[in-house]
Amino acid sequence: MTSTEERPERSVPKPVFTDAEAGAKEFPDSGPGARRYNYFKPAKRKQTHYEDVTVEVQPDPRHYLTQGWIYGFADGSRGYPLTWTKLKAWGVDDPEPERGPGSGGKPIENWPAHGWHEFRDPNEEWELTMYRNNANVVRQVTQNVENARNAKAFEQWTQNWVRFVERNVGAWMHIEHVLGLYVFAGCNRSGPTNMHNTAMVVNSEHKIRFAQDLALYNLTLSEEIEGFDGSAHTAAWNSDAEWQGVRKVVEEITAIEDDWGEMIFATNIVFEPLLGELFRSNLVMQSAAGNGDYVTPTVMGAGEYDFAQRDLRWTVAAFAPLTQDREFADHNKQLFDSWTAKWVPKCLEAARTMQPLWSQPDAKPPRFEDSLDRAKSRFAGILSDLGLEPPKELNQ
Amino acid sequence: MSRQSLAKAHQKIQELSWEPQYHEPYMKYGTDYTFRKAAKKDPLKQVLRSYFPMQEEKDNRVYGASDGAIRGNMFRQVQERWLEWQKLFLSIIPLPEISAARSMPMLFQAVPNPELHNGQAIQMIDEVRHSTIQQNLKRLYMNNYIDPAGFNNTLRNFHSDYCGTIGRQFAEGFITGDAITAASIYLTIVAETAFTNTLFVAMPAEAAANGDYLLPTVFHSVQSDESRHISNGYATLLMALSDEDNRQLLERDLRYAWWNNHRVVDAAIGTFIEYGTKDRRKDRESYAEMWRRWIYDDYYRAYLLPLEKYGLVIPHDLVEESWNQIWNKGYVHEVAQFFATGWLANYWRIDGMTDEDFEWFEYKYPGWYDKYGKWWENYNRLAKPNGHHPIVAEDVDYVYPHRCWTCMVPCLVREDMVVDKVDGQWRTYCHEACRWTDAEAFRPTYQGRETPNMGKLVGHREWETLYHGWNWADVVSDMGFVRDDGKTMTAQPHLDLDPKKMWTLDHLRRMPHVASPNVILNEMSDADREAFVADYNRQGPAGRPADATS
Ligand SMILES: [Fe+2]
Ligand SMILES: [Fe+2]
Repeated sequence: MTSTEERPERSVPKPVFTDAEAGAKEFPDSGPGARRYNYFKPAKRKQTHYEDVTVEVQPDPRHYLTQGWIYGFADGSRGYPLTWTKLKAWGVDDPEPERGPGSGGKPIENWPAHGWHEFRDPNEEWELTMYRNNANVVRQVTQNVENARNAKAFEQWTQNWVRFVERNVGAWMHIEHVLGLYVFAGCNRSGPTNMHNTAMVVNSEHKIRFAQDLALYNLTLSEEIEGFDGSAHTAAWNSDAEWQGVRKVVEEITAIEDDWGEMIFATNIVFEPLLGELFRSNLVMQSAAGNGDYVTPTVMGAGEYDFAQRDLRWTVAAFAPLTQDREFADHNKQLFDSWTAKWVPKCLEAARTMQPLWSQPDAKPPRFEDSLDRAKSRFAGILSDLGLEPPKELNQ
Repeated sequence: MSRQSLAKAHQKIQELSWEPQYHEPYMKYGTDYTFRKAAKKDPLKQVLRSYFPMQEEKDNRVYGASDGAIRGNMFRQVQERWLEWQKLFLSIIPLPEISAARSMPMLFQAVPNPELHNGQAIQMIDEVRHSTIQQNLKRLYMNNYIDPAGFNNTLRNFHSDYCGTIGRQFAEGFITGDAITAASIYLTIVAETAFTNTLFVAMPAEAAANGDYLLPTVFHSVQSDESRHISNGYATLLMALSDEDNRQLLERDLRYAWWNNHRVVDAAIGTFIEYGTKDRRKDRESYAEMWRRWIYDDYYRAYLLPLEKYGLVIPHDLVEESWNQIWNKGYVHEVAQFFATGWLANYWRIDGMTDEDFEWFEYKYPGWYDKYGKWWENYNRLAKPNGHHPIVAEDVDYVYPHRCWTCMVPCLVREDMVVDKVDGQWRTYCHEACRWTDAEAFRPTYQGRETPNMGKLVGHREWETLYHGWNWADVVSDMGFVRDDGKTMTAQPHLDLDPKKMWTLDHLRRMPHVASPNVILNEMSDADREAFVADYNRQGPAGRPADATS
């Protein structure tokens, strides 16, 4: 038989009925109208979940920041200065409310104080969506590569194509990595609102993940393909003539001085269509199948999809209104034009240094000039979505 | 992914490390620290291929629990005393979290080792998670808890309120000034490694004891990311230590960061845990006991002390002094009393203390009743409007305190208050360590050494200045802490939601005007100021006037 010993009562907090649930009593603010975040104007009639978790988390002294920013940099700048890009949105030149002895808090009457606050990420990204989306992508990529491995799909690759993938598809990982870390993550301290900076983080996630997808794909290939050189990608990135032009542009983008707007514009608006899609879609995706490779396009395609469907989308949503801005449309258009005039020739020059890649595979992709024309017209289309004209430099 | 393939994968992604060949990235954020470039190991060993699904899985658990809490009518068992303080806490914390994300690129530039950047980028992603998941939790409270006032205008409140401003140090301090001081020492080495235990472990436990098991679900999930961030900080700290020139700056920054975290976090979390709970079991740990275990033993003794042999100068004196403040000088009790004194300037309801609370305090902090008991009895007596003023304007043996210019918590341990004329202005400080922070540490030279990247303490740091000469009713409506009938206050000094028992703007009209202690201080003659300081230092405990102290 078992003896039941008297155990000392465990010390645990006791549940108490408090009836502290919504609707239990009536008093000022107890109604359903009081149950929404009420310190900003939603972009559309219906306030979104995304807005609730992002809008106004980053304060703005032109809204409610009664006591002002409380830490400054050595040069006196504080918070998130609107001058960290030369782009302007309506209202930014209006003076900040001056607060001092007896001034009161001077809260904003008409939200928002300036045009930057009108931006919403059309992808509505926050933590829930960014993990869901990226987890789906890694699952899909892993599965595709796994299936290919089981089906021995890599055995059909020609020697030339193996070399092409180990060097060139491999080299692309570095580009995604540098842009992901040093442009998109790098700028998330700089944007004027929480919505901008959060969109930049999500963009950065896509790029860093894509870089790693390519690196791990490269690792799988070195395990699966006899003679596949897993270090060739570094050699290509460091010294292949075809890669030095694009590397120069990528590094030069990270060196842009103190302008997050130009960095994002140069990357997502100019670099991505003219070099990113040129290489990923117009070369790799177009030539893989002809060379017996059905796997690389799925890995590349995941990154391509992120750019085309998400990263470009938020960027256009952030920049297009600036060319129609009620105060600074001309200023912004001139600035954008000067940026395209600066970056288009650099990108085109880099594209041409990549040209020899088009003749490396056995089964040839479309002609380089056709690929480039496609990239150019895609770029011109993006510019027109932004309300901008293609620059004359595009005809080079 | 298997362990082995994960290790291989991690090894592989090291090949991504970038050494610029044609253009160096633009350096936006400066530091006075120097780092020698040396091959380093990524301390996080995290690959996004496993990271994203792992985080998604964590999310599934959190959101599953949220649905369950609502279906299970959790709010029928939630203590209002507790949840009211969440109106303050959850208004603050999403900004520190997102600021931590924003601070990571400052480290990319300051720390030249690309191997560390991968870990910093992962931390950046984590922090976006923390900020938005907390905004979401607060939204859920707003939708399901009996009183949404204070939640529904949460970020306006936070940006308008002096408590919010105190909390904002724990955000702006991560992203402004010298990049290493801010993003590494203040954020990672001190805030995350030492103080997140009280934030993300102690507080959730207290929430659960008050019927709220959602806060623990969310915050434990947040804390599970924190160990990664601690490894980031440790790797950077070791690199900084390897250059002897950095040691003077490390000493300065550890002193500042330690003391500021103590002043700010212990004030807030100490109050929530001791005064925001209904759980008065004698065997539940007090904040002081938790502090001793997590901060003193686990952080100071187990983490900081071993770094001494690498040349780190540890602020032993300030660690001991923080304990002295909590244990002997009643720091948390003084702060809670001040919060309650100024209830009308905030946006949550503060419950009074009962006999059961008194008994617990006396048991945990012997001598508590003699110091604070009478005042809390007065608080209860004056809780419902009945022809008298709110307690701040009634005679309850309490001298309204001056604010500390540095940490912005009032100078509540009256004997420690010091004044100094800094930047042409007379300022009060809660403690010599706070005076030193403003007058010596946050300056372009430190002990004769040029520190051109050091940040500055700026802004309207004394809240009362802005409302000097204002009527209280106008102050409260200017801040927006008013309910939807246009007159009932969001804040109340009790939990009774009967509209007849609630304070309105009309009750405030007859109060004396707000006066800024700092404005008045600066109008004093030298002799008056000296007399004021001497008197102030003789005040307390519990804010008693000098002559009332026996
Ligand atoms: Fe965090
Ligand atoms: Fe202080």
